[in-house]
Amino acid sequence: MSKSHSHSHDHSHLDDTELRVRSLETILTQKGYVIPETLDRLIDTYENKIGPKNGAGVIAKSWVDPEFRERLFSDATEAIHSLGYSGRQGEHMIALENKPDIHNVVVCTLCSCYPWTVLGLPPIWYKSAPYRSRIVVDPRGVLTEFGLELSDDVEVRVWDSTAETRYLVVPMRPAGSEGMTEIQLADLVNRNSMIGTSLASQPGATK
Amino acid sequence: MNGAQDLGGMQSFGTIIIEPNEPLFHSEWERRAFALTLAMGATGSWNIDQSRHARECLDPVFYLSSSYYQIWTAGLETLMLERCHISRDDLETGKDVSNTTKPDRILQPQNVDAVLAAGAPASRKTVTKPLFKLGDRIHTINEHPPGHTRLPRYARGKSGFIDRIHGCHVFPDSSAHGKGENPHWLYSVRFEARELWGNSATVNSAVYVDCWEPYFETN
Repeated sequence: MSKSHSHSHDHSHLDDTELRVRSLETILTQKGYVIPETLDRLIDTYENKIGPKNGAGVIAKSWVDPEFRERLFSDATEAIHSLGYSGRQGEHMIALENKPDIHNVVVCTLCSCYPWTVLGLPPIWYKSAPYRSRIVVDPRGVLTEFGLELSDDVEVRVWDSTAETRYLVVPMRPAGSEGMTEIQLADLVNRNSMIGTSLASQPGATK
Repeated sequence: MNGAQDLGGMQSFGTIIIEPNEPLFHSEWERRAFALTLAMGATGSWNIDQSRHARECLDPVFYLSSSYYQIWTAGLETLMLERCHISRDDLETGKDVSNTTKPDRILQPQNVDAVLAAGAPASRKTVTKPLFKLGDRIHTINEHPPGHTRLPRYARGKSGFIDRIHGCHVFPDSSAHGKGENPHWLYSVRFEARELWGNSATVNSAVYVDCWEPYFETN
């Protein structure tokens, strides 16, 4: 298939979709099943209130507060709730500890399960066939595509979210971050580091 | 079911496209599709397992060539048609043109925050004890049910070890078909990469899969 053909095909497909979704909204609003303000509020919540900043706060706290870190690994749902994050797609949280010899990475091979309360909505690559299919069979190859080369003595653990448990990777605190405040540390916690396709950012590096 | 959703272990989808500074939504219709799906999900007309099953029952060619919000939209239409909340005539005309059955609950704007904050925990109280303990070796069943299951193909008929006991959770294989919650003990199972993939396995690697007790052979 030529590139131009593929592009025009995608384009018409999208126009159809736009129309389809618009019709559906009209039908459901006319029937009184959905209220426009409700829709706006749902969108606003995930665009402006719930996102990876939540998770970054959790990780930064776990780097500076040993008592919180212990709670995070013994009952992540409770520990995360204590910072104000709970609810939909975060009802049963598990925190996974990265160590010098263990690297964790999360997937949902069967759909797109993702810890919304701490990371918000997933990026497209997380929901895409290439990632979902290959991370379980070739994790090192996939991580290399993300620019993360791990030596063979680091064990790679892939977590397939097949139930309602949701996994949050706790990346290692980067060297050179000593003396930074919790708020400064949170800036080093990029989204992918909490999925496991990246490490936490180095101090001074752009996120 | 062995549908297009069960992707783990397939190898022909090419490189992963990573979009730098990806926006949360790529267009207005994605915003609307997302919100419609959540608002209708809150009516209680179906559970999460039924919504997953509606998506995986979509035509495999459509599933694999669609974006995730396109899949959500098609799944939402299926669920509403099945429950007579909408009709084919409504969809064809793009308007409310038929008498349909109203959902029991409508999500009010002032309740959005509370509904999202409450979530829908899947854990259930039980008087039963888990049959397996940490470190136990288990062997998964090799079944290919035509209905919903959360045991991926790559983890069927394999040996692994109990790594965590999550508690007693709603059983999707039952719940997706309106056969009740039928809660069972849920575990995290560690499968060595070599057990799953043989000589093709990545060195020094393991895959953890959440499995309900009925996914294990018990003899």
